[in-house]
Amino acid sequence: MLSLSHFLILGAILFAISVVGIFLNRKNLIVLLMAIELMLLSVNMNFVAFSHYLGDIAGQVFVFFILTVAAAESAIGLAILIVMFRNMRTIHVDDLDSLKG
Amino acid sequence: MEFKTFVFYFLAVIMVLAALRVITARNPVHAALFLVLTFFNAGGLWLLLHAEFLAVTLVMVYVGAVMVLFLFVVMMLDINLDRLREGFWSYLPVGALVGILMLVEMVMVLGGSYFGLEAMPAPAPVAADYSNTRELGRVLYTDYVYAFELASLVLLVAMVSAVALTLRKRKGLKSIPPSEQVAVRREGRVELVKMQSEKDD
Repeated sequence: MLSLSHFLILGAILFAISVVGIFLNRKNLIVLLMAIELMLLSVNMNFVAFSHYLGDIAGQVFVFFILTVAAAESAIGLAILIVMFRNMRTIHVDDLDSLKG
Repeated sequence: MEFKTFVFYFLAVIMVLAALRVITARNPVHAALFLVLTFFNAGGLWLLLHAEFLAVTLVMVYVGAVMVLFLFVVMMLDINLDRLREGFWSYLPVGALVGILMLVEMVMVLGGSYFGLEAMPAPAPVAADYSNTRELGRVLYTDYVYAFELASLVLLVAMVSAVALTLRKRKGLKSIPPSEQVAVRREGRVELVKMQSEKDD
């Protein structure tokens, strides 16, 4: 029988994977954005699981709003990435030191 | 093993493997495609949890829109992959240590008896005419209607800002702005000059 623990542990595994991904890909902005999307997915997984096991639909409403904000966030993030690439011809994190004195 | 449990483990294993490939893939295009696989499996798992509307929304919004946006951006940029990968594995020990520590702590909390079947029994099966979409819409348009309108505002701001950020005025173009073209008057184009007529002797 599936219990709530199954889904929560799956969410925890996904979250840990995305944290490791942020450590590994700290020079690549695109993969960093993807790791953030993975984190949001793991949080959504917890919301949906709790909503099902507690019989409360409010959890799914929150997943709905998180999806909205995540879509807006990735759209703006990618737009900033494009502007940055247009100005500096690179997305390497080490090159973004123009504010350094 | 019950069929639902089998489906859960099947989807979960594929999902975790795809997520691992997302963070280790050499090419960002492959990472984006594995992210699509991850989201697809998450949609399947949400179907198991009777969140049908959100599962379909996840597949349509993420796989259909956001991931296409990612692929579009990844393919448009000319990225030096070798430079982005340097020092990739050197941070693996500390990253893996932090990740495993977090995972162990979370599993210690979540895997105990607090969230087992005794503490949180599975809900009763829903009636045949139960519609997840109808229930979600009923709550969304009554209790959460202000939050819903705010979400639409967030999307509008995101759309406007994405366009405003990437819009650029190119210099040296010969096209004429249509507003100036329409607003032109006779006085701006024709000039009447008074001059003495030439005398013919």
